[in-house]
Amino acid sequence: MDKAALDDAFSELYRTHLRDVYSYAYYRVGNHHDAEDLTEQTFLQAYRHFERAVAESDGRPLRPWLIRIAHNLAANLYRDRSRKPQTNLDDSDTLRTIHTTEDLVEGRDELARILEGVKDLPDDRREAVIMRFALGMDNREIARALGRTDGATKVLLHRAIRQLEEIVSAGQRG
Amino acid sequence: MSDLPFSDIEALLREALTPVEPPPALAGRMEQRLTEITELAQGELEGWELSAMRDPRNWVRPVVAVAVGTTAGAALVVVRVRQQHRRRKAKATGPVDLAQRTLRAVRDETRQILDR
Repeated sequence: MDKAALDDAFSELYRTHLRDVYSYAYYRVGNHHDAEDLTEQTFLQAYRHFERAVAESDGRPLRPWLIRIAHNLAANLYRDRSRKPQTNLDDSDTLRTIHTTEDLVEGRDELARILEGVKDLPDDRREAVIMRFALGMDNREIARALGRTDGATKVLLHRAIRQLEEIVSAGQRG
Repeated sequence: MSDLPFSDIEALLREALTPVEPPPALAGRMEQRLTEITELAQGELEGWELSAMRDPRNWVRPVVAVAVGTTAGAALVVVRVRQQHRRRKAKATGPVDLAQRTLRAVRDETRQILDR
């Protein structure tokens, strides 16, 4: 593939997955500022390694590879800053903007508890949940993004949802 | 909530974790940045013979000639940049990285001379 074709392919990848990367970044880091930085760094790094990724992908979708880059960068961000996400997701603009109808009068608390519970999950389980429910990735894609087997990913997701259920239930009882 | 089946939790998760649209400013900034990088990379490929880039002496000369424009200044930059070549080579991860480090060194040395 020549350089012009590679650049075209990268542009297409960027257009197709900008929202995926941003959504992952936002739910991963918990605020828009860091999510923007993380998204920008993800695509810059992806551009540098795109040719090799295309060659090694053997025609498979590149979304898991992109999300894996974001995942690694997010891990570095936390390691560098030694901190957890700073902003409560339930206070975010996102939730206010997306859920504006009357059902939030009844439903907002429940969604907020779910988001708070997601935040309390261990890192690997939280990542898997974000990939499945925010990005709609299937087990195979998540497995590739996390560097796990399909079976291990299925178990990871099952345990994540079970734990989330327990967290939310405990929160209601408390 | 504790009696909710998985499907209900999953439905709530889908609702709570709605995909987030990137801010328009980010998309604009990203596209500009990627365009710049693409054009820079194309310009580099057009202006440089890849085979010649294997020889560090060929990285220094054209850049110095344009940036400094004087023989004495260029010579000084070349000497300084070459003095540091071994150290850059030890740090570089590959030929392209070494070329980038050399270009940065030329730029920095040139700037120091011009600032005098």
